Amino acid sequence: MSPLLACRALTCRFGGVVALDRVDFSAREGEIVGLIGPNGSGKTTLFNVITGIYRPRDGSVTFAGADVTGARPQAIYRAGITRTFQRSRMCLPLSVFDNIMVGNHKRLSHGLVFNLLRRSAFAAELARSFVEARELLNIFSPRLAERIDEPVAGLPMIDRRRIEICRALISRPRLILLDEPSAGMTHEETRELMDDILVVRERMAGLTIVIIEHEMGVIERITQHCVVLNYGRKISEGTFAAIARDRNVQEAYLGVA
Amino acid sequence: MAAARLPALVFAAAMTAYGLLFLAAERERAVGALIVAGAAAVALAARFGLLGKVRTSIAAHEGTFDAAAIAGVLVVALWFHEEHFVLLMMTTALLLMTAALGLTVQFGYAGVVNFAGAAFLGIGCYTAAVLTKYTPVPPLLILPLGGAAAALIGSILIFPVLRTRGHYAALVTIAFGILFKTFIEVNDVLGGPQGMSVGPFALAGHSFNDPIRIGGFEASFYFAYVLAALALLVLAFALVRRLERSWIGLSLDAIRLDEVASACYGLDIARWKVFAFTLGNFLAGCAGALYGHVLGFIAPNNFTFGDSLVLVSIILLGGIGNPWGVVAAAAFVVILPEKFQVIQEYRFALYASLVILVLLFRPVGLLPRALRDYFPGRRHETAP
Repeated sequence: MSPLLACRALTCRFGGVVALDRVDFSAREGEIVGLIGPNGSGKTTLFNVITGIYRPRDGSVTFAGADVTGARPQAIYRAGITRTFQRSRMCLPLSVFDNIMVGNHKRLSHGLVFNLLRRSAFAAELARSFVEARELLNIFSPRLAERIDEPVAGLPMIDRRRIEICRALISRPRLILLDEPSAGMTHEETRELMDDILVVRERMAGLTIVIIEHEMGVIERITQHCVVLNYGRKISEGTFAAIARDRNVQEAYLGVA
Repeated sequence: MAAARLPALVFAAAMTAYGLLFLAAERERAVGALIVAGAAAVALAARFGLLGKVRTSIAAHEGTFDAAAIAGVLVVALWFHEEHFVLLMMTTALLLMTAALGLTVQFGYAGVVNFAGAAFLGIGCYTAAVLTKYTPVPPLLILPLGGAAAALIGSILIFPVLRTRGHYAALVTIAFGILFKTFIEVNDVLGGPQGMSVGPFALAGHSFNDPIRIGGFEASFYFAYVLAALALLVLAFALVRRLERSWIGLSLDAIRLDEVASACYGLDIARWKVFAFTLGNFLAGCAGALYGHVLGFIAPNNFTFGDSLVLVSIILLGGIGNPWGVVAAAAFVVILPEKFQVIQEYRFALYASLVILVLLFRPVGLLPRALRDYFPGRRHETAP
């Protein structure tokens, strides 16, 4: 079976810096893939190239059998890839519900007549979306679901991360890219969030997850497959147990002994 | 339990009474006393938690409050039905509110700066002037045509505004405003620096420049203009508010707050910015067309950079993105200098210092925008 996402020889440069150097990366449907590597190794750049924020200099990205190399972020979203951001990108003054609805864009009607004049049809779509958003939030935290009408600005980091993940999930994507979801959280909070992610995956059949993470415990616990980057190159790949034994990986993280 | 209807009505009545007193006050000392009294009343009401009651009441009974506010304007206009000057002031305020609502869509929602508001108002005015002078186009059609002209000419700016950000986008619009004024000044067909006259607005055979006589009731011809400006404002207000309470309003907010995240969730940044910019200019142009009729004579000096800044200060003072804030701030900005002749010359300095104070101490504006409520007064249907 061909993988859901396949990057072939992706290269991305910023001036003289080679952020990605002929990286091959793939994720099979239903898998949780860990993407690890020291700071500046190109993990977030890989996400940015896949989601169309950066154009690759060379190489290709294939998603669900279609070539999406260099496609605009909007097209990538429509194809079924969503993401979260390393530095949480939420609309802080807006409510929790509004933030989740931003992620629901492709399933909402944006016609002028629908939005301005057909208010009862709009109300029905709103009510439907509200129920969905609440159900999704409930998986993560029933307490947070109670606060769906509050502004995000007043919520703690862990709740913002949950909302950001809900925003990425509400449109029922096939692939979700999580960029360091545990950044800025305690160990306990990270563990909670990972439990939630596992629950979500069980409820959403076939959801594929790629996760960037520095906590090796997390990677070990939830991933089936890992890819290690260093200086823009893939230096190792395999199960967590296999890459943890890899000398290249040990050197990248700890330096040459 | 639903909030009571009474506080909203009492508030509307109090604002109407205050407006009456303010417009009736002749001496500067009386105006000063009214300002102090108003500020004290607000402070006291806040102290005793009355403002919160008023706010929840208005949110729960929005239709009632809207109707009361319209009735309040009508009462004030009827009270002063023979006073040309007061009615002209009211008309000006109502039309600037409409134009500032356009700016709210652009800047408050989509985050597109526009420092050429007066130019778009001016395009509306000149459209009215040209159409009444050279064509038999019915006046009611002139308003949307003024809006369309503003939107169309504004589309010249779309490309540079989309390509630039922040200060640079501001500079682009400032340049446009100055170019507009210069263009009119050197253009003899449009009257050059001397300006040109605008024919009267007319509706159902009644020319708005004739005094009104219905039975024993006689009113200044400006009375009809107040009604027309009010009607235009009500339409614009309803449009902008409903827009905010829709997925479109949400998309505009998302784009203003985070373009990268918005793009990753399928929002077409350029499309929504163009939409907001065009709609905002359209509203300013419609208001401008009626403003041209009201003034009867327009010249390039009516549409300076300073006038654009007045529009911007209205939305900053009132509360970015809050239509009611725009209404309150526009009334304040238009009427205060007329009542306080001493500050007439220093009004720009006054607005500037007020804007700076607001930005420093209450950056969300005097009446901050509330969280989006798609259907106020109606609770969400909760999940079973």
